[in-house]
Amino acid sequence: MGMDRREFIRISGLAALLGLSGKGAFELVRPGQVEAAMAAKPEAQGVVRWAMVVNMQKMDEATAAKCIEACHRVHNVPDFTKPKDPKDAVPPEILNRYEVKWLWTEHYHNAFPGEEPPVMPEKIAHLPFLLLCNHCDNPPCVRVCPTKATFRREDGIVNMDMHRCIGCRFCMAGCPFGARSFNWRDPRPYITQDYPGYPTREIGVVEKCTFCAERLAQNMMPACVEASKGTLIFGDLNDEKSKVRDTLKRYFTIRRKVHLGTNPQVYYIV
Amino acid sequence: MADNYKNEFGVFAERPQVEKKYYDAKNIFTGLAVFLLLLILPLVPNLGKTVPPPQRSLETPVIQKLAEKDRKCIMPTDWMRANHMQMLVDWRDNVVRTGEKGAANGRNFVNPEGKKYLASLTNTCMDCHSNKDKFCDQCHNYVAVAPNCWGCHLTEGKTLAEAK
Amino acid sequence: MLERALIGTKRYYLLLAVLAGIFGVGFLFYLQQLKFGLGITGMGRDVSWGFYIAQFTYLVGVAASAVMVVLPYYLHNYKAFGRVTILGEFLAVAAVTMCVTFVLVDMGRPDRVMNVFKYPTPNSVMFWDIIVLNGYLLLNILIGWNVLECERHSVAPPKWIKFLSYVSIPWAVSIHTVTAFLYAGLPGRGYWLTAIMAPRFLSSAFAAGPSLLVLLCLLVRKYTKFDPGREQIQSLAKVVTYATLINVFFFFCEVFTVFYSQIPDHMLHFQYLFAGLDGKARLVPFMWFSIVGMTITAILLTNPKLRQNENTLAALCGMVIITTWIDKGLGLMTGGFVPNPMEKVTEYAPTVPEAAITLGVWALGFLVLTLLYKVAVSIKEEIRS
Repeated sequence: MGMDRREFIRISGLAALLGLSGKGAFELVRPGQVEAAMAAKPEAQGVVRWAMVVNMQKMDEATAAKCIEACHRVHNVPDFTKPKDPKDAVPPEILNRYEVKWLWTEHYHNAFPGEEPPVMPEKIAHLPFLLLCNHCDNPPCVRVCPTKATFRREDGIVNMDMHRCIGCRFCMAGCPFGARSFNWRDPRPYITQDYPGYPTREIGVVEKCTFCAERLAQNMMPACVEASKGTLIFGDLNDEKSKVRDTLKRYFTIRRKVHLGTNPQVYYIV
Repeated sequence: MADNYKNEFGVFAERPQVEKKYYDAKNIFTGLAVFLLLLILPLVPNLGKTVPPPQRSLETPVIQKLAEKDRKCIMPTDWMRANHMQMLVDWRDNVVRTGEKGAANGRNFVNPEGKKYLASLTNTCMDCHSNKDKFCDQCHNYVAVAPNCWGCHLTEGKTLAEAK
Repeated sequence: MLERALIGTKRYYLLLAVLAGIFGVGFLFYLQQLKFGLGITGMGRDVSWGFYIAQFTYLVGVAASAVMVVLPYYLHNYKAFGRVTILGEFLAVAAVTMCVTFVLVDMGRPDRVMNVFKYPTPNSVMFWDIIVLNGYLLLNILIGWNVLECERHSVAPPKWIKFLSYVSIPWAVSIHTVTAFLYAGLPGRGYWLTAIMAPRFLSSAFAAGPSLLVLLCLLVRKYTKFDPGREQIQSLAKVVTYATLINVFFFFCEVFTVFYSQIPDHMLHFQYLFAGLDGKARLVPFMWFSIVGMTITAILLTNPKLRQNENTLAALCGMVIITTWIDKGLGLMTGGFVPNPMEKVTEYAPTVPEAAITLGVWALGFLVLTLLYKVAVSIKEEIRS
């Protein structure tokens, strides 16, 4: 027998096609079996579900600033207003384009757009609402990511694999909370003090709050919670005796953009 | 039919008579020569040079402080030399992705002797081997690989940073 | 056949040289982008997709519109289009080439592009988009090339090519539908969250693509010995007319739902685009030019006299191309991101390097188009003589 050139090319082409799409087909038939699941499964016994309560009754500018400082320091988040070398200074008009933030503040009007009553307490209107990734139960960012670089862990943390991110920024378009930042340029010249417990990032990847997955793994509270002196409450929502659950039972809380069905896990006591 | 000539265009009664001659020989050979030249160009600068094999250096403060018998890596040196890249990839996947299931398991590395280590390039490997340019780069340059670990991971671990 | 692309007049070589030059300049800027990061563009935390993805979206439409010459020919046996199918298919090849390149230059980590295949993720629309786009590219190269070769040797195309031609018809619709789904399924972006996103994409595609094809046919007729034909151009003009009318209609459907329902999340984006928000109104003149221009063009196109005069037809087709580009490129991208999820307004404008890279990709596309059209036209001229 023997194979002529045409036939060889045809067969090898088909084989390559199957090889490339085979894993995709498997994903289609049994989604989530190969790697990580997309959304939360029905609540199971003994499964951890991390959640955070922000007590705005105790929040003030100073506390918020301390939380942000703690978070950004231990995650090597760059501050483009403070270059290490003055010649790297960023023109002020484009600072907000480059900005990377995991934790930041907004007024009620911006944190909960469309939900402000026409008349409301002056004090609440001007409170610094602390915003971060909501670690949604049904996260759109995970749904849209083409490589599973963003994925939802079983304990509810929506985490990112910086080694895998291709920088397509689909997740930034998908997130309805503006929680995601992109590395538009090398962040290292803008990290005043390298924190050895966490890597920095390279250009071209997306990043966001991880609920301090690296600290939780070592039985530490998230950095912002530690710095907040009780203003932020963090814990396991599925644990009947946890402080988060107790707080949510005792106080009425609101969450951002609940109507979008993402089921955010950051709660606000107003 | 046995002596009929067959080629990819069909069966012919006799072998086609084609004049034996190189067409455009000048262009073809010039083209080939230029191609070959371009191909070997990157090798020219190294012609006739011998590059000495890298010398592993353990001259770091942390290693020097250790007693002679404690001076060993988390795995035997030969194993590390052959497998450290795969081990780091495994650590990476365990820490970032699969290790989530049992809280801290992904971050623990236990060697065959039962000793437990934190699976961290910066805070475990680089703590001892703080001489990146000698310990890592020299060898990587020698074998011409360019891992991009340090685009993100810092070269100074906690112990060193605190010592400063 | 490819050798046909190598031999040509001085003017042909000059055109290739100019396009290659523009591509070269774009490539140099791209090297700068690789080094510095996407920060050299005008994009930022709030408007995180810009010019590149806008062009990508627009060009997927141009690529899909090849179906407007393929469908009448294969499904309705409309023989006249037999002369121009090849032009449609090769236009699709060039357009998809640009699409793929635009996605690549928009990526933060182009070195990891294979991760999309290494970790296939069917729940991501982008995964499907990559599959259908590459499939469409392959289909059009195979069909166009084989049909042309058969035509050259005066034999009927093989059966499997006919089968692929039928496949390419729904496939063309799918590439633009899937591209629309990239946007139309995101919960927090009111401007994009609309079920008629895909229909709107298709209508504007079938307006803009055939318009471009009409212009290309006129150019081919003027500069070569091959005449795509008056009837063919007039049929394409009718396609442009209906599609532009439907596109305007869809736009007003959108406006009705958004403004009659009075839901702020949806209204704010339109307000930013057409009136400005927080005193920021960079796109307002463009958007009004686009929608008013498109409406007037659509009305003028319904007049047979204006369509039959090829000068006015060319002008109207030019208007369709420009107005749909503003609507679907500039407006769609920026409009979706402004205001941001915190209802703050950050405006977007492309930077010089970004524009140069964009031009470079267009030049690459037109380079591919010129080479392919050169082959097609040479063969057609050869058959005629």
